[in-house]
Amino acid sequence: MNTQQIKQYLIRSQSIIALLLMCIVLSFLSDSFLSSENAWNVMRQISVNVIISVGMTLVILTGGIDLSVGSILALSGALSAGMLKFGTEITDMNLFIGFSLVGALIGGTLSGTLLGWFNGLTITRFKVPPFVATLAMLTIARGLTMLLTGGFPITSLGDQMAFIGTGWFLGIPMPVWISAMIVVAAIVLTKKTTLGRHIYAIGGNETAAALSGIKIRKVKMTVYAIAGALAGIGGIIVTSRLDSAQPNAGFGFELDSIAAVVIGGTSLSGGKGTIMGTVQGALIIGILNNGLVLLNVSPFWQQVIKGFVILLAVVIEKINSREE
Amino acid sequence: MDKENQITPLLEIKNVSKDFSGVYALKNVELQIYPGEVTAIIGENGAGKSTLMKIVSGVHKQYEGRVLLNGEEINFKNPKDAAEKGIVIIHQELNLIPYLSITENLFLGKEITNRAGLLDYPKMNKKARELLARLQLDINPSTTLNQLRVGHQQIVEIAKALLMESKVLIMDEPSSAISDNEVKLLFEIIRDLKSKGVAIVYISHKINELFEIADRFAVLRDGKNAGSGSMEGATRDQLIKMMVGRDLRDSFRKDEIMHGEEVLRVENLSFQNPENRRDFLVHDVSFSLHKGEVLGIAGLMGAGRTEVLEAIFGLFPKYVSGKIFIEGKEVQIKSISEAIAAGIGLVPEDRKLQGLILSMNVVMNSTLANLKHVSRYGFLNKKKEEEVCSSYINKMKIKVASPKMGVQKLSGGNQQKVVIAKWLATHPKILLLDEPTRGIDIGAKAEIYNLIGELAARGIGIVVVSSELPEILALSDKILVLSESKLTATLSRNEAGEEEIMQAALMEKE
Repeated sequence: MNTQQIKQYLIRSQSIIALLLMCIVLSFLSDSFLSSENAWNVMRQISVNVIISVGMTLVILTGGIDLSVGSILALSGALSAGMLKFGTEITDMNLFIGFSLVGALIGGTLSGTLLGWFNGLTITRFKVPPFVATLAMLTIARGLTMLLTGGFPITSLGDQMAFIGTGWFLGIPMPVWISAMIVVAAIVLTKKTTLGRHIYAIGGNETAAALSGIKIRKVKMTVYAIAGALAGIGGIIVTSRLDSAQPNAGFGFELDSIAAVVIGGTSLSGGKGTIMGTVQGALIIGILNNGLVLLNVSPFWQQVIKGFVILLAVVIEKINSREE
Repeated sequence: MDKENQITPLLEIKNVSKDFSGVYALKNVELQIYPGEVTAIIGENGAGKSTLMKIVSGVHKQYEGRVLLNGEEINFKNPKDAAEKGIVIIHQELNLIPYLSITENLFLGKEITNRAGLLDYPKMNKKARELLARLQLDINPSTTLNQLRVGHQQIVEIAKALLMESKVLIMDEPSSAISDNEVKLLFEIIRDLKSKGVAIVYISHKINELFEIADRFAVLRDGKNAGSGSMEGATRDQLIKMMVGRDLRDSFRKDEIMHGEEVLRVENLSFQNPENRRDFLVHDVSFSLHKGEVLGIAGLMGAGRTEVLEAIFGLFPKYVSGKIFIEGKEVQIKSISEAIAAGIGLVPEDRKLQGLILSMNVVMNSTLANLKHVSRYGFLNKKKEEEVCSSYINKMKIKVASPKMGVQKLSGGNQQKVVIAKWLATHPKILLLDEPTRGIDIGAKAEIYNLIGELAARGIGIVVVSSELPEILALSDKILVLSESKLTATLSRNEAGEEEIMQAALMEKE
C-alpha cells in the first residue's frame, strides 16, 4: 500500500476516525460515557434521527431537500395516537370505527407517505423548488397537527403502543431494531437496485439522466414519498416513547437530519453520498450531544459547538474533494 | 492588399495566434479595421471569428502576436479595460440582466450618482430616454428587460454599446434575433456611427446583408486568413468559396455499403419554440433513413439541426408535430423512454452536460440507459453489468485503467465512446449523433469515424449532426441541409460538396 492509497483510505473513513476520536476523548473525560447503559441510551436517542435521515439522504441524493419531515413526524404521530385512542366516529351515519394497534401504525405511516408524495407532486408537476415546496409542507403539516389535536397532547396509549418506543427485544431496544432494519433496506436500495441507481444518476446530472430515459418525475415522487413514510415511522416511535402525541413533536428535526446527512459526506448538490455515511453523521451528532450533556456543558454552548462541527465536516469534505 | 489606402487603420491585428491546450484556434491572423468603415468578418462555425473578437475585446489575454490600437500596442486586462479604451463588443448571447430595468442595464457598472452618493434615477432615465429615442425604440426606460422581446433586448444591448462612446464597435450576429424592420433601423444606426468615424466590425452569416452594409470583408477559415478585400465587386459565390475552400485534410471516407430497408421515416416534422409558439425551431422537415445508412445534417448554428434530433427523440412531445415511422410502422413518441423503447438512441451535443454522469464510473454510465437488461425485479446484477461494460470496452477500444474508473478522468474521445457504448447497450435500430467529435483530438476523431462506419455496416441507421463540413462529407451517404428551421437541400453522397452545402445553408427566407 503506497502513501497515496493510505491517504485515499483515510479520506474515505474520515467520519469513522472522527467518531473513534470522539469516543476516546469522551471516555477519558467522563466515567459514565463508556457504560453499556449510556451506549444504548445514545443509540435509542439517535434512532429516530437515523430513520428520518435515511429518507433525507435519498432526497438529497436526487439534488433536493425536505424541510417538512419534522412536521410530518408530528402529524403521523398524532394521527396514529388519535386512531388508536379514539377511532373514527362518523356521526351522520352513526358509525364508529375503532382501530387496532396495527391499523393505527399503518394509518400513521400512510399519512406520512401521502404528505411526502404530495411534496413530490408539487416539486415535479408544478416545478416548485424543493426548498419552497417542503417549507410550505412544514407549515401545512404542523397546522394540520394542531387542528387534529386541538393543541393538546394525546396521551395514555397503552402498553402495546409503548413497547415500540421503549421495549427491548433480544437485548436491543426496539427503536434500534427498527432503525437498523430501515438502514439495511436503504443500503440495499441505494446499492443494489435500479431505483437506487436512478437516484444517484438524477442527482449527478439530471439532464443526462433524463436523456438516458430515466423517468425523473416517477423517481422523485417515490423518493419524497419514502422520506414522508420514514418521517411517519419516526412519529410513531416518538409518540410511543413518550406515551403521548405532542402537537409540537419533531420541531427542528429537519435540521438535525440535514446535519447528519451533511456530516456523513453527502453532497447537497446531489449524486454523491451513502447511507452509511449518514448513519455515521447521526452517530457523531448523537455522541456529541451525549458527551456535552455528560460534561455538563451549557445547552447554549452545545448548540454553538454543534454548528461548528457541521461547518468543520463540510470544510473537510470540500478540501478532500479538491484533492481527488 | 489595400496598400494604396491612405487612412491608417484604427485597430490592427498582427500575426496573432491563439491555442487552446495545443489546438490552434487562430494561426497568424492579420486584420485591419478602419475608422468610418464597416468590416465584415465571415467564416464557417468554428473558423475562429469569436476567438479573434474575444482577443480584441480583452476576454482572452494570452495570445501570440500583437494588437495595435491607433498604432500603439495594447493588451487589455479585461473587457472593461477594453471598453474604456474604446473597444466595445455586442455579444451574440445577450449580456443583460432580466430583472433590472432598461436604465439600470444601460448604466450597469457606470451608474450616475447624486451628491449624496445615491443613484440619480431622473438623470439616468432622461439619458436613457434620449438614447432610446435615437434608436427609435418607444419604450419606457423603467421597463424591466424580461418584459421585452428578444429583438428589443438586442436594441438595448446596442444602446448600451452606444453609451460607451466606442471607437471600435464589434457586433456579433446582431441581426440574428431581430425583425426585418429592426434590421433596417440597425443599419441606419450603423451608417450614423460610420459617419461619426466609428470603426465597425460586423460578424454575420447572412451574406446578403453584408452586401448592403459592409465596406470590406475578411474571411477566416480554420483559424487562418482566407482572403480579404472590398465588398464592392465581390460576389456571393466568391465569398462562399473562400469560406470553405480548404485542403482535404480529412481523408476518411466511410465505405459505401448496400443499404437495407427503411428504418426511419419522418414526415412533416415541426417543432414549435416552447418559449414562443409562433416561432418554429424545426419547420416541416421530411426525410427517410435506411438500415446501414449515415444521414448527415448540416446547417449553421441555430438552423435547427439539434432540434430535429430532439424532436425525434421525444424531448418536447407537446411542441412536436408530424409523423414518425420506424420500420414502416407509425409510432407515437411521447417521452424519451418511449423513444428508447422504439429503438432510438441519442448521443447528445455536450457529453459532459448531457451525456455522462460525471460522478459515476464507466460501468454505471455504460448501463444507465438499459438497466432493465442487467437487473431482475429491480435488483441489479453487478456481475452482468460489468460483463456488458467490458465487452464494449473491448469492442470499442475504450482506454480505461479499469471499468470502475470514474468517467471524469477519461479523455474526451474515450468519454464519447462511453456515451456511444451506453446507447449500443440498448441495441438501437437508429442512432442519433449530435456533434460526435466536438472537442476531441484528431486521432480519437478518426476512431469515432471508424466506429460510426462499423455501426452502419452492422445495419444501424445513423443520423449525424455536425458543424464541420468535412466531417459531414466524410461520413454521410446522404446529406440534409437546414437553414432557418427549414430543409433547404437533400444531397446525395455524390452530388454533395462543401460549396453546395454552404449555398443551401445560407439560403434565406425570401
